[in-house]
Amino acid sequence: MDIIEKKGKKKKVLLMGKSGSGKSSMRSIVFSNYVAKDTRRLGATIDVEHSHVKFLGNLTLNLWDCGGQDAFMENYLQHQRDHVFANVAVLIYVFDIESREFDRDLVTYSAVARALSENSAGARVFCLIHKMDLVQAEYRQKLFEERSSLLKERSEGFDIVVFATSIWDETLYRAWASIIYTLIPNLSIIETYLRRFAEIIEAEEVVLFERTTFLVVCHVSQQGLGNPNDDRFERISNIIKTFKQSLSRFTSSPKSAPQFTEIELRAPRFSLFIDRLTSNTYILVVVKPGESDLNTAKMNVKIAREDFERLDVTGDGKKPTRTRESSSRMELEAEDDAGRDAEY
Amino acid sequence: MASLLTTPARREKPEESGAWRNKTPAILTLERFMQDQTDPENPNPSPKFHTGRLPNNRSGDGKPRLLLMGQRRQEAHPLISPRRSGKSSISSVVFHKMPPAETLFLESTARIQKDAVHSFMDFQVWDFPGQLDFLDPAFDVDYIFGEIGALIWVIDAQDEYLDALMRLNNTILLLQQHYPSINIEVFIHKVDALSEDYKFDIQRDIVQRTQDELSDAGYENAPVSFHLTSIYDHSIFEAFSKVIQKLIPQLPTLEGLLNILCSNSGMEKAYIFDCISKIYIATDSSPVDMQSYEICSDYIDVIVDVSEIYGWDRPGRAAEEAECNDQEAESVIRLQNGMILYLKEINKYLVLICIMKEESIKKKGLIDYNCGVFQDALAQVFGLQRT
Ligand SMILES: Nc1nc2c(ncn2[C@@H]2O[C@H](COP(=O)(O)OP(=O)(O)OP(=O)(O)O)[C@@H](O)[C@H]2O)c(=O)[nH]1
Ligand SMILES: Nc1nc2c(ncn2[C@@H]2O[C@H](COP(=O)(O)OP(=O)(O)O)[C@@H](O)[C@H]2O)c(=O)[nH]1
Ligand SMILES: [Mg+2]
Ligand SMILES: [Mg+2]
Repeated sequence: MDIIEKKGKKKKVLLMGKSGSGKSSMRSIVFSNYVAKDTRRLGATIDVEHSHVKFLGNLTLNLWDCGGQDAFMENYLQHQRDHVFANVAVLIYVFDIESREFDRDLVTYSAVARALSENSAGARVFCLIHKMDLVQAEYRQKLFEERSSLLKERSEGFDIVVFATSIWDETLYRAWASIIYTLIPNLSIIETYLRRFAEIIEAEEVVLFERTTFLVVCHVSQQGLGNPNDDRFERISNIIKTFKQSLSRFTSSPKSAPQFTEIELRAPRFSLFIDRLTSNTYILVVVKPGESDLNTAKMNVKIAREDFERLDVTGDGKKPTRTRESSSRMELEAEDDAGRDAEY
Repeated sequence: MASLLTTPARREKPEESGAWRNKTPAILTLERFMQDQTDPENPNPSPKFHTGRLPNNRSGDGKPRLLLMGQRRQEAHPLISPRRSGKSSISSVVFHKMPPAETLFLESTARIQKDAVHSFMDFQVWDFPGQLDFLDPAFDVDYIFGEIGALIWVIDAQDEYLDALMRLNNTILLLQQHYPSINIEVFIHKVDALSEDYKFDIQRDIVQRTQDELSDAGYENAPVSFHLTSIYDHSIFEAFSKVIQKLIPQLPTLEGLLNILCSNSGMEKAYIFDCISKIYIATDSSPVDMQSYEICSDYIDVIVDVSEIYGWDRPGRAAEEAECNDQEAESVIRLQNGMILYLKEINKYLVLICIMKEESIKKKGLIDYNCGVFQDALAQVFGLQRT
């Protein structure tokens, strides 16, 4: 990994929680293209497993997957306290919903939160109440609320965010997308640009996904159009990641390979496509049904590629040079030939 | 058209018992088809998979009916409930889109559940509770076996199966005497936890024991087939495809149509799937490989799931939408390696999925045209309206 990365762009993320709570499972699914079933093969993590994940060009996550057996926890909290808990950007603490000793888990959690407050007071803390699939659906919400409020009392002053998660459904993607959202620099600029873009092509919705994790980076939707599926972004992440696994089996290519370049769907009520946008992102565009809306949107994605590439890679906060605020759709279409990407 | 891809029937609850008696358009269609057959007893010239027999339809409603049965193994201790072979799990996963892991929560079936699946054909899945003794003389055997096309017998491969096998053999003998046209399909189930070697050893053993028993009784040619299955992968769907194909008299015609479509449009492989169950109804006659079947089946998942997310009814959009409403859903996926996956909704229940090279999709007009022709031909075969 590149050690000369500029300071500040590398974010240290601590992944902690009792042994067997599912930390390595989540990490493998989100970052290493495992499917849920594959995690049954994982052994207990010994000490800390470090991994560096490049996310959207200039952001690198420095992930510390901390083995959760008692001896290791003790070690982090005592001998390695200054080392482990220093310069932390985010702590993700995982609780196994099936744990029979939640009180004891709370004690350990509190100790970790205290160590963090002493060494990285500015860190953000996320708690995941995990393996929710093991609880029958009708009890999930109640259990989640009970546990969350207990956690909030024991967080040593941190203003925590709690998620209910499971590797067996999209809740995993919701939690991780929300966590990583807080770490991406220049997001507001990307978002502004995306909104502009969506307006020009009259899209119902435009969503940006990171390439390897397929986590949602940001999304914009047409005003007043209330899609009732609030969990749709994480569901799409889940659907596409699962399908990429199938594709890798089908094409006998490595799981980390991009697998597809474009997905297109014309349904009676909408048209949709997912296309490579930059070297780090995919874009999903939903437009009104019908041939012309879809084709216009596709062309404009090709044109907008360069602008997005610049935003994404340099992340220097500069406005895109080629603004199209006054362009009409017809003009954009006419530019198509000049803007066509050589990638195809 | 009330498209399946607009309002997908996800995890629909099993029908209330009684509802299965109502005739759906699909049943009526099938009925019409049966009546149109000039020689119903011998509908197909040289069928490749099909047994050549029409589904049992004594009651005249033409429903090819599947019956799901399994072993009953009482534990030595009266308080331990009998081992459950996985029947409810199978029908939930295949016909009601239940994620396999959720079957852990299924409660033991207490009474016969008749589960009608309103698909392009109507499948009846009768899930018998494990404890029921169907060979009990008090039981109306004729009522149960009188009209089924196939009996699926589920054996738990992770459990002791000798007892189950004995019951299976008794059942086969009974069926051979009174209902010889029923296909007997043995699902050697829950093989996901077994090693490849062990899996095939078990299969060999079960086949051997069954055949020995049958030939002793003089029924060497009983229509018995064996399938290795698990709800955790595609094997259960593949097995159902084979079971159901034997009950579709039109199969050779469908295959012929698919062959023509493939050769005229430069496609490598084409399948017709039942969208709800993801069972494939037919494919062209190039060999089926598991990979292409699986990718098509997963493709349906993607399309149905995405349609469920974005296919909601937009208020105030009615006017604009009307023009696209009779359009069947269509999808293209371009793979990194240059291959193309293509999906087209054929009618309310069926989707066509094709695998082709990049060159072929460049002639999209040709593909559209050929698919239209194919759709019309299919409509004729099944007597279905296109929209
Ligand atoms: N049912 C269910 N099982 C899960 C879930 N997440 C993880 N598991 C299972 O939990 C087991 C342990 O997971 P790991 O990821 O190795 O646990 P860990 O937190 O890394 O444990 P240590 O490395 O010892 O600290 C694996 O068998 C996973 O398959 C979940 O959401 N639901
Ligand atoms: N490993 C594995 N378990 C299965 C499979 N199919 C079903 N099961 C499990 O077997 C148990 C009993 O299943 P159930 O459908 O209730 O059995 P029934 O009594 O025959 O209806 C459930 O816990 C299922 O999760 C399979 O293919 N593999
Ligand atoms: Mg671990
Ligand atoms: Mg049952």
